Amino acid sequence: MREGGQTGGRLLVVDDNKVNRLLLTRSLEQQGHSVASAENGRAALELLRRESFDLLLLDIEMPEMDGFQVLDQLKGDLQLRDVPVIVTSSLEGVDNVVRCIELGAEDYLPKPVNPVLLRARIGASLEKKRLRDQQRLLLQRFAAPEVVQELQSEGFTLGGKRVTASVLFADIRSFTPLAESQAPEETIELLNTYYTLMFSAISGQGGLVSLMIGDGLMAIFGAPLPLPDHRESAVRAALEMIELIELFNVERSTGGKAPIRIGIGIASGEMIAGYTGTNERATYTCVGDVVNLAARIETHTKEAQRAILIDSVTREGLADRVPVEGLGSITFKGKAMPVDVFAVNVDAKR
Amino acid sequence: MTEQTIDRATFDELKQTAGADFVTELVDTFLVEAPRMLDELRRALAAKEADKFRRTAHSLKSNSNTFGALPLGAMARELELSGMDPAKANEAALDALAAEYSKVAAALTELKNA
Repeated sequence: MREGGQTGGRLLVVDDNKVNRLLLTRSLEQQGHSVASAENGRAALELLRRESFDLLLLDIEMPEMDGFQVLDQLKGDLQLRDVPVIVTSSLEGVDNVVRCIELGAEDYLPKPVNPVLLRARIGASLEKKRLRDQQRLLLQRFAAPEVVQELQSEGFTLGGKRVTASVLFADIRSFTPLAESQAPEETIELLNTYYTLMFSAISGQGGLVSLMIGDGLMAIFGAPLPLPDHRESAVRAALEMIELIELFNVERSTGGKAPIRIGIGIASGEMIAGYTGTNERATYTCVGDVVNLAARIETHTKEAQRAILIDSVTREGLADRVPVEGLGSITFKGKAMPVDVFAVNVDAKR
Repeated sequence: MTEQTIDRATFDELKQTAGADFVTELVDTFLVEAPRMLDELRRALAAKEADKFRRTAHSLKSNSNTFGALPLGAMARELELSGMDPAKANEAALDALAAEYSKVAAALTELKNA
């Protein structure tokens, strides 16, 4: 984001008055920043949407679109609302200052702007922006992009909403004996590779990994963002997961290591999606009968000796080109009614 | 006369922080922009465009203070806050503003060449 020196930022000066604009630009350049300028709010927003800036210095009294309107627009814009804004204005009245701060401005500097004060305020704002950027990167590392986006637009609240989606469970077959037969470092490395491959297959089809426990994972297709063909996406992700594991096994066999096998279960329907946990620690997940069913179906892959099993609702969402085989009705533990289960034919797709 | 029209401390500080060459450029810009603002004030007053009037007076005030033209800045401020009240915002007030501006322009020209 930053160009040039260590402390310099990329700044945008917005002022309709040419003398003010020149003066402010000059003093910012003298402080080592790279500066662009715009002469009204509309031009500023256009620039902001085209280029990336670390900080905005905004005048209030302007034709076309004034500073208040700019602040208001920025506040409602997901991409731009984190750009810090320092208002520089000779507008009088505490109510104007309050209004700017309420609209999200970081600070308010009266004109003519005192250069020492300006330097201090800009330094503080840029530092804050850097911290925020770092935080966002960190958040992206630990949460799925869809969740980060929803958090940024909706804010964080515990509780869920009703969604129609597909849930996928997967785990490594006979993982415990495998883990016990090798060094812990080797197990961690195996898991890291496994998760990397699984994440790639799942997110490639628009899914979201919501849970990782040991060698097991749960993924959601259709929440938090709706996915029109969530059932087929989930099955395609499952097929890709199997394919990637087979490739991984080829690599393992050249190193003299035993192949690994995974089982995948998918169920679809209505469920509750949202944040569960506490305000300090929460996770985005889904709950409901459908989720339990997907977990049961996944467990059943061992017994059925099939890699991918799905429920009938998921099957109804599949195009004919995905071949499946009916395994009949199965009564799962904890379920009153028997459920029709289908195996997805893994080899037929190639 | 210069001392009165332009506050030397403010002007010197500007020169010191922004650099003499830059201040010359800045003064030249002001000498182009300010007459336009004076015209704009007259036009807005005649057309009863209160918002435009206030904004232009605001802009002139802001620039005047930047150069230390404090009396001009104070006059512009009166107009900005007048709400175009005919008792304060009238032709006579704009004539006085223009007269003060002439003094400022002469003083700034002298100062930038000094």
